[in-house]
Amino acid sequence: MERNTMRLENISGLYESSARERISLILDTASFQEILPPSRRISSPHLKTLGMPIAFDDGIVIGEGLLEGGKVFCAAQEPGFMGGSVGEVHGAKLTGLLERAAIEKPAAVILILDTGGVRLHEANAGLIAISEIQRALFKARSMGVVVIAISAGSNGIYGGIGIVARCCDYVLITEQGRLSVSGPEVIESQKGVEEFDARDKALVWRTMGGKHRYLQNEAQAYTKDSIENIRATIAAYFGKPVPLSLEELLRQHKSLGQRLEKFRDCTDALDIWAKMGIQNPDQIPGLDDESFIAIANRVRDHD
Amino acid sequence: METFQFNFGPWSNQSKLGSKNPIIVGVVGSGNLEVLVEEVDLKGRTQFSLETSIDGFEQTWQAVLSDFAEQKRFANTLITINDGGATPAVVQLRLAQAAQQWKETP
Amino acid sequence: MNLLLPLQIELEIMINANSACEQLFPLGFNLMSSGDMVYGEAETHQGIVALLGTINSAPIGVDLAFALAGKVLEIIQNHPQMPIIILVDTQGQNLSRRDELLGNAGYLAHLSMCFELARMRGHKLISIVYKEAVSGGYLALGMIADRSFALESAQIRVMALSAMSRIMQIPLERLEELCASSPIFGPGANNYVVLGALDGVLTNDLASPIEQALSQSEQLDRRAKLGLERGGRTLAFEVINSVINTHV
Repeated sequence: MERNTMRLENISGLYESSARERISLILDTASFQEILPPSRRISSPHLKTLGMPIAFDDGIVIGEGLLEGGKVFCAAQEPGFMGGSVGEVHGAKLTGLLERAAIEKPAAVILILDTGGVRLHEANAGLIAISEIQRALFKARSMGVVVIAISAGSNGIYGGIGIVARCCDYVLITEQGRLSVSGPEVIESQKGVEEFDARDKALVWRTMGGKHRYLQNEAQAYTKDSIENIRATIAAYFGKPVPLSLEELLRQHKSLGQRLEKFRDCTDALDIWAKMGIQNPDQIPGLDDESFIAIANRVRDHD
Repeated sequence: METFQFNFGPWSNQSKLGSKNPIIVGVVGSGNLEVLVEEVDLKGRTQFSLETSIDGFEQTWQAVLSDFAEQKRFANTLITINDGGATPAVVQLRLAQAAQQWKETP
Repeated sequence: MNLLLPLQIELEIMINANSACEQLFPLGFNLMSSGDMVYGEAETHQGIVALLGTINSAPIGVDLAFALAGKVLEIIQNHPQMPIIILVDTQGQNLSRRDELLGNAGYLAHLSMCFELARMRGHKLISIVYKEAVSGGYLALGMIADRSFALESAQIRVMALSAMSRIMQIPLERLEELCASSPIFGPGANNYVVLGALDGVLTNDLASPIEQALSQSEQLDRRAKLGLERGGRTLAFEVINSVINTHV
């Protein structure tokens, strides 16, 4: 296994870090043991066909480690390689990790996701891989393993992986993080700039970003992008799997139905936030994390 | 895509081949590269194996890598590079990072 | 039927949910629609099965995903262990600001989880792409099944090739070239068979493969193994097993 011997003193959060740095920061010091490390050279055969450079880990780092002493499995997508996108090998590594978790039952599986979704260079194989990840995720959850998705990176979590993230027990998001299915550029290119102006960053974050997702409970946890806060939030979920039961799904169905009812006619997040009882919705984007969390916790539905 | 292999040395400062763990630095992105360093019995040599998405720079690679090899003299060291079109400056930066970590690796 | 009609138009007239069901369920069926959602029941040699799916190349947004999920929950509560046949015709997740604003990822995930719950409670899940299946829509609606099929003429894709070409900055001609030699890119149902995602393509006899699938019980995800056996994905199965069995 590769040892991670990186200089991490200067990094305070996840946003700017690489996948390897993120794992080193989140897990207990020197506890990470990588599975299928780069020295195994298990990379994409499809990228070669297209004359594209490969990465020896196919853009995802997986393995086991400790978090506050508890055994965890961890995966981190590398945002800088092919947009963190999912190809055959990348997807299989994640599927394998979740299957392994169903057997070994760690305290949690932590998925640090940062991806545009399917790797177009592997198209059909990427889509199938995402479905396999989803099945393996359900298997792990059915064994009581807590699976936590984290969105704190620059690509956000998009496409089929956006759906997968919402199939986890919990989603933890930061202000910079995003979570959605369709990306702004895809919506604009297919439906026009009136439907979605992809260059309007404020619109993108109001619609798909951390604060909105936390307010509407697409994300169950929101933290400042600080390693300490993120670690503490993860650890608090140990031993708290969300059951895949009829009772739970009926409860979620009711909740999702209420969301549709209440916000059916809203065209912007500002309308939604106003309807939720927030006095000055336009100030939400500019609020620091602490102030935002205080307001959010007063108005959002607690599960 | 181009593939190269360069060999340097052998160096005389060979210590006993232990079981040094591999290290990796960098990310394969546009203008970036990853560098994998492994201990391999190469009879004291430093070997580079690289794949690059930008064609036509063999001589530049030769120059940058031979500089590095001569300076560091890492015996029995295989350095494998996946390059996404990094400039020589970025290549040198990554190699320096790799060298630093390699020295610190038990 | 006018035999002089170009084949394409003939197929388009033919392939709709009702005509597909006529061939799939010769013992009888009834199908109702509510917007782009269809639901009902069919008679098979294995007993009554539930039908649920989409029509009109439905874009799946929050409302449709929610309605579909509601039907799945109904089936779970009212018809214990009844197999569910999922009829798929979708252009994928709805590309709309409103659906993203309301959290389409959550609704599609919820739909997936309802299907998963059905599977856990003994409902067999069989999906059939009878016309079109795209990306996130197919992920939540069809790929979740134990057994997946498609009609020979079905189109299954991640994205239109022209859009892919633009985003990847690879010439369309090159991608079309690759379609001929690799199952990775093109939208044909056969590609998905070779990659292991489909159990088969339904050609003349639509009913028998479904009857056979209904008589079997398979809860494990065999797709990576099939992808290896059929040569479409040579690494996925081995990588998955390697990760499971690695000693750390």
